[in-house]
Amino acid sequence: MTALVNIKNLYKKFPIHGDWLDQISFANGRFHMKREYVHAINGVSLDVQKGEALCVVGESGCGKSTVARVVMGLLSPSGGEICYEGQRIDHLSSNAMMPYRRKMQMIFQNPYASLNPRMTIKQTLEEPIRWHQPKLATGELKDKVAEVMKSVGVDPSWGERFPHEFSGGQRQRISIARALIVDPEFIVADEPISALDVSIQAQVLNLLMDAQEQRGLTYLFITHDLSVVEHFGTRVAVMYLGSLCEVTTARKLFAAPRHPYTQALLSAIPRLEDEKPDFIRLKGEVPTPVNLPSGCVFHGRCPHANDRCKREVPVLREVDGTQVACHAVEEGRLD
Amino acid sequence: MQSNVKASPSRWAQFKDSHFWHSFKKDKIAIVSFTIFALILSASLLAPVLAPFDPYDLTQVDIMDAEIPPNWQENGDERFVFGTDSQGRDMWSTILYGTRISLMIGVCAVLLQAFLGIVIGLIAGYFGGKVDNFLMRLADIQLSFSTLMVAIIVLAVFQAAFGAELYQELALFMLIMVIGIAEWPQYARTVRATVLAERKKEYVDAARVIGLRSNRIMFRHILPNTLSPVLVISTVQIANAIISEASLSFLGLGMPPSKPSLGSLISSGFEFIFSGSWWITIIPGIVLICLVLVVNLLGDWMRDVLNPKLYKG
Amino acid sequence: MALLEVKNLEVKFGLRSGAVTALRDISFTVDRGQRLGIVGESGAGKSVAAFSILNLLSRPGYISSGEINFDGKNLLKMSPDQLRNVRGNRISMIFQDPMMTLNPVLTVGAQMVECLQAHTRVSKEDARKIALEKLKLVQIPSPEKRLDQYPHELSGGMKQRIIIAIALLLNPDIIIADEPTTALDVTIQAEIMDLLLELCTSQNLGLILITHDLGVVSQVTQQMIVMYAGKIIEQGPTKEIINDAQHPYTQGLINALPQQGVPGERLYQIPGAMPPLQRIPKGCAFHPRCTYAQERCEKEQPDFTISGGCRVACHMVEDMIKQANVPASEEK
Repeated sequence: MTALVNIKNLYKKFPIHGDWLDQISFANGRFHMKREYVHAINGVSLDVQKGEALCVVGESGCGKSTVARVVMGLLSPSGGEICYEGQRIDHLSSNAMMPYRRKMQMIFQNPYASLNPRMTIKQTLEEPIRWHQPKLATGELKDKVAEVMKSVGVDPSWGERFPHEFSGGQRQRISIARALIVDPEFIVADEPISALDVSIQAQVLNLLMDAQEQRGLTYLFITHDLSVVEHFGTRVAVMYLGSLCEVTTARKLFAAPRHPYTQALLSAIPRLEDEKPDFIRLKGEVPTPVNLPSGCVFHGRCPHANDRCKREVPVLREVDGTQVACHAVEEGRLD
Repeated sequence: MQSNVKASPSRWAQFKDSHFWHSFKKDKIAIVSFTIFALILSASLLAPVLAPFDPYDLTQVDIMDAEIPPNWQENGDERFVFGTDSQGRDMWSTILYGTRISLMIGVCAVLLQAFLGIVIGLIAGYFGGKVDNFLMRLADIQLSFSTLMVAIIVLAVFQAAFGAELYQELALFMLIMVIGIAEWPQYARTVRATVLAERKKEYVDAARVIGLRSNRIMFRHILPNTLSPVLVISTVQIANAIISEASLSFLGLGMPPSKPSLGSLISSGFEFIFSGSWWITIIPGIVLICLVLVVNLLGDWMRDVLNPKLYKG
Repeated sequence: MALLEVKNLEVKFGLRSGAVTALRDISFTVDRGQRLGIVGESGAGKSVAAFSILNLLSRPGYISSGEINFDGKNLLKMSPDQLRNVRGNRISMIFQDPMMTLNPVLTVGAQMVECLQAHTRVSKEDARKIALEKLKLVQIPSPEKRLDQYPHELSGGMKQRIIIAIALLLNPDIIIADEPTTALDVTIQAEIMDLLLELCTSQNLGLILITHDLGVVSQVTQQMIVMYAGKIIEQGPTKEIINDAQHPYTQGLINALPQQGVPGERLYQIPGAMPPLQRIPKGCAFHPRCTYAQERCEKEQPDFTISGGCRVACHMVEDMIKQANVPASEEK
């Protein structure tokens, strides 16, 4: 089976030095140019299989949203490739990209910023089809908009209203409608429920699952909430500081997390249990992505780190159907 | 169109329910300013109807009527409510026509500024990087010359090079161009700053994900969201443009005495102010001050309303 | 008598369209060493409740009736000076955004010393000593160094620890924490919650924890309140509510959590959304979203019914308990 989307050895760094005047710095008796980068993604390789919901999980600043943006072509990668159905798409011109734009769509985190406040719901929803199918008759277009609005649970008669007249949950439904209206195959969802209330989160998650079932969608689902992953994800990729720690099926991850970071993350989820279970305390703080630690990026906080972890960067290795990037797992030190 | 299930409220009904309208109703200064502005505007637009004389028609002017004081004064003439100027033109008619010219220069110059500034600001803000750097340094350079200095040099050179006659014909056009081009950086900076804030919002990413071209994203998605601050500076800029025009005219570089604006009227009366003919300067002066004041007051009010950080209760 | 007792509190907001009731009939008590959780979705009024305890509501909000008794005295009838004394010395507050408390241009130490000197007479050296002691109490790594750092030099988790240290400076009896970990990552959230729990026990503190996260409440608190549209709909021991919620809304909230669902299948969902304060429906505020709603729910506001250790505001629960009791009494 070929993957729908391949992410191959992806790198992304953002410059944080200003223009050339700001770069000049003085040290050791001479001037030199100082350039600094935030290393948001460091060599991430991932395959998204057709029909699955691949969840990328991690804490803030781990680069998961950057992965989503690079895949969608909103950012260009500093290194590596993005392929869609085997075709490389990360360096295409906007014209050559057009056919892929219909196939891949995105849902954003903030329902209050993702809709243009000056456009009515109808205008927002009609624009993508008008753009991609200019020949479509007005009647068909209207039917299509009404159909998609109904399918996400928004009354089609509200089309003339502006976004500010809707609640957060409804806006997120409209965002989903905008993504669905061009009949995509692949949807990148960047924390689509984290800005919503608990009862609304369940509604939106159900909507996304229904859409997947009816339309055979493939999701790349970015989230920080592991309990959502357990419920929604087919496979999970755990990220830490721009690198992948563990890639496996959701069931395996929750049954037996391998990577020490995943174990800590899982133990920290507040669950509805009577007694507070012991969670794994990580020492220290997340290092800055400006000066990445040598070796394994997690070694400074890992309870199992040794000298090799400080020197050598671990790569993803298959262990019982789970891909883990950890020397300790490889050496069997954890068992 | 088919009758929709539920008609959404009309634009007018929406406007009447808006924050904009509510705060207008509450603000007495805004109401008074708006009324005065509307009066001046309609009077100047209706000048050909309202004015008893046509100041541009030399056959209606008699030099013997020169410097007649307003009709409430001792030597006043019933025909001339505000008296006449040194050439015997009716002040009331001349002021109406002059206000029209001043307003036209103000509005047209601001339209030109806005057009240049918005396009440049959008491009600088949206594309960023080197384009942004280049355009903004250009704006800095432009701003380091004062508007009046640029205008004086350009207009004086033009007058010297092409002669006063051609200048008189093209004065209106030249003033609009000079004031318009000299002040675009104000708009460009405001628009750029707003674009930088808007560009980070997710609806812009959403438009890019659809595959829309940069032009369409800039003008259809971002531009409508930057219009509030543009509206606010526009009022201030109209007032500034009217004053710039008046100053240039006062210096003899503006509208010629045959087609006077408020500024050139004030200027032409200035020689006679010490001989007792105060009305030629003072009356158009008062009109000018009123006009600029109400436009500025309206601008202040609009800034308070459109700035969401200042929303009260 | 409990240390803090809130009785029939009602809060209104004066808006252009008229006064709107934001909170009604809120009653609860907190003693030293007790931990109370207030849960609700955004717009339920849980933060308004927190702010009104310290009479910190800003216009257009105001407390229209009710009592807040602290140590036997009504806070609402205190002079501003007395109130300030209670706010700083006896009850302190932790906000969601650390920057609401921390001043970005002052060092952590300077802020802590200033806070101490504003409320008590201590020398600068002593104040610094107390500050250091509190920083140690919140288990911050290298506390001496932190005193001379500015807030922007610290990570989110560390800032929140410092906020807690500041809240502890004057040895309060009760801490009100308003969504203290919402902005933080799960691993850090777990640490901060653990710290709060530990401090409550070791310092014998009362805690009012305001959050939207049922998981956090279930792990930290002993008693809990569930709020909906400005009203308490269920109140009682946390374990009892989490394990056997009575009110349909609480049941819905718990069942809507992804961890309660079967992986891969649809989640339980409550239809609709919470109404805005201006448009709270008549009768039971939850009836348009409730699957058990009857005619009575549309007309009558439900009163509290005692069910086990909890009070529940629901007609259905009331009827069920009545039915269960009637045959029992007939048998006698």
